Amino acid sequence: MTELLGISPQALFGQLLIGLINGSFYALLSLGLAVIFGLLNIINFAHGALYMMGAFVGWYLLQYLGLGYWWALIISPVLVGLFGMVIEKTMLKRLHGLDHLYGLLLTFGLALIIQGLFRNQFGSSGQPYVIPKELAGGVNLGFMFLPLYRGWVIIASLVVCFATWYVIERTKLGSYLRAATENPALVQAFGINVPRLITLTYGFGVALAAFAGVMAAPIYQVNPTMGADLIIVVFAVVVIGGMGSIMGSIVTGFGLGVAEGLTKVFYPEASNTVIFVIMAIVLMIKPAGLFGRTA
Amino acid sequence: MTRSVEVLRTVFAGRVRHEGGRFPLLAFGAMVLVFLIAPLFIYPIFLMNVLCFAIFACAFNLLIGYAGLLSFGHAAFLGTAGYITGHAAKMWGLPPELAILAGTFAAALLGLVFGMLTIRRQGIYFAMITLALAQMVYFFYLQAPFTGGEDGIQAIPRGRMFGVLDLQNMMTLYFVVLAIFLAAFLLIYRIIHSPFGEVLKAIRENERRAISLGYKPDQYKLIVFVLSAALSGLAGGTKAIVFQLATLTDVHWSMSGEVVLMTLLGGLGTVFGPVIGALVIVALQNYLAPIGAWVTVVQGVIFVACVLMFRRGIVGEIVAKVKSRSSHSK
Repeated sequence: MTELLGISPQALFGQLLIGLINGSFYALLSLGLAVIFGLLNIINFAHGALYMMGAFVGWYLLQYLGLGYWWALIISPVLVGLFGMVIEKTMLKRLHGLDHLYGLLLTFGLALIIQGLFRNQFGSSGQPYVIPKELAGGVNLGFMFLPLYRGWVIIASLVVCFATWYVIERTKLGSYLRAATENPALVQAFGINVPRLITLTYGFGVALAAFAGVMAAPIYQVNPTMGADLIIVVFAVVVIGGMGSIMGSIVTGFGLGVAEGLTKVFYPEASNTVIFVIMAIVLMIKPAGLFGRTA
Repeated sequence: MTRSVEVLRTVFAGRVRHEGGRFPLLAFGAMVLVFLIAPLFIYPIFLMNVLCFAIFACAFNLLIGYAGLLSFGHAAFLGTAGYITGHAAKMWGLPPELAILAGTFAAALLGLVFGMLTIRRQGIYFAMITLALAQMVYFFYLQAPFTGGEDGIQAIPRGRMFGVLDLQNMMTLYFVVLAIFLAAFLLIYRIIHSPFGEVLKAIRENERRAISLGYKPDQYKLIVFVLSAALSGLAGGTKAIVFQLATLTDVHWSMSGEVVLMTLLGGLGTVFGPVIGALVIVALQNYLAPIGAWVTVVQGVIFVACVLMFRRGIVGEIVAKVKSRSSHSK
């Protein structure tokens, strides 16, 4: 194959793949943030820490109980989700009716606690997590080599994202959720247990983060700081997409992952900052974000 | 633009006097006295660290406490000023006062850019955008050649202030830093109690009403943002001269979190709160340093405890207690 603009197609598709992988995590995390924000009006600063926790729960399961990747993919989100519900029940609930900034501050504190505890235990070194043997190896697509596990991550996160979208936009449960977002008092009056709905929603959003964490474990090392920097990028993704729609957060998540991957090919120096630059441009042109409603 | 200048003039023109607007002379005097005597008993470097962070927290409080804007990116201003001051003193050979001024000015410029991008959004969005922009600045300094990457700028010369005050002398340095702190403190007090500050508070309480009265909230917010950034820069520049060091730590998001914590713990929107908060947090870091990462955990716990149990902070709770007692006795 001929070179395009002096860039070999292998490098281009390789970075596109990495972009899609990163995009998968951006999408899963910003989706969780959007779901939580919709009902609780809280930006969950602890999202990155809970993503890291999800990865560590997976690592613990393998290390101490011998339960492999597939079990971790189910058990870890459930456990971390339950942990999230406890947080919601014991702490976030008490902030109801206060300025939303207090939710941000509280979850920031929680993130510090969780990250600090794991750093005490593991230092800042990473723990390796092997790729499950069913997904080891890869296939040659002719124009590039695709490691199976990476393909799986993209497909699995797409499936989970669209399943979430379907549940929220197309089912009865989702309609309760959307109604409670619009007017919780009225929904409560119709006999729906809104406080429980809120708890479950927070648990679900957190479980999405843990799911992303387990999926990330074999790609990046399991590391106490893995969520801290990621969450800031995800915040930028959320600002670019706007908080308005579920689909918006999925599309922006993948889109920005790809944009970041392409930047790595054409102008590597800017690859760390490209998402923030895009955010600044979007803010100048469309302050509410690409999919957001003006607040 | 001319309107902005007019608005800026209200920062210094006229004075608002009303109940609670009276200068808290007793508390201020006590604070000055404590800082004058303290170096006799306490290591001056530690005290100067406290003073630098007190300026930083007071500057941050100007924004959250009086304009209601929570910035999660203030480390960018502290760090930028540190780098510029360090570079100016070391590479350009500027005297310390000009080097600090250069750092402050750089932070103010960065504040103008940040402000223009962020003030149109409020609340949670404002916090997220400032955080993201500050992270961009962090990556910029990580790669920029003049910052020395992971090493930072080391061995920044302290030099002579105004050509006469030898800052190599620890006590001279301490009193210069104290003077800078007191000047910044009084300036912030002045801003809060100027007509400009009153309009800010009005905007915080009810933006629509302020608009209907003919004020342009965005102009006020932008100016207070730049002022806050500049004063944060003053803290960063002074800190670089004191420690002769400018590193990535000061630009990192955890530094932005720390200043939020100091202000929250001391009391949002109180004049003395940030000073107390800075003192407590710096002391905590100093004395808990041997237990490593537990410091982060302790800070997290303080965050959670503040939000759940005493949202008014240390000074805010004391003021509320005193007020309720005096109203009982009436």
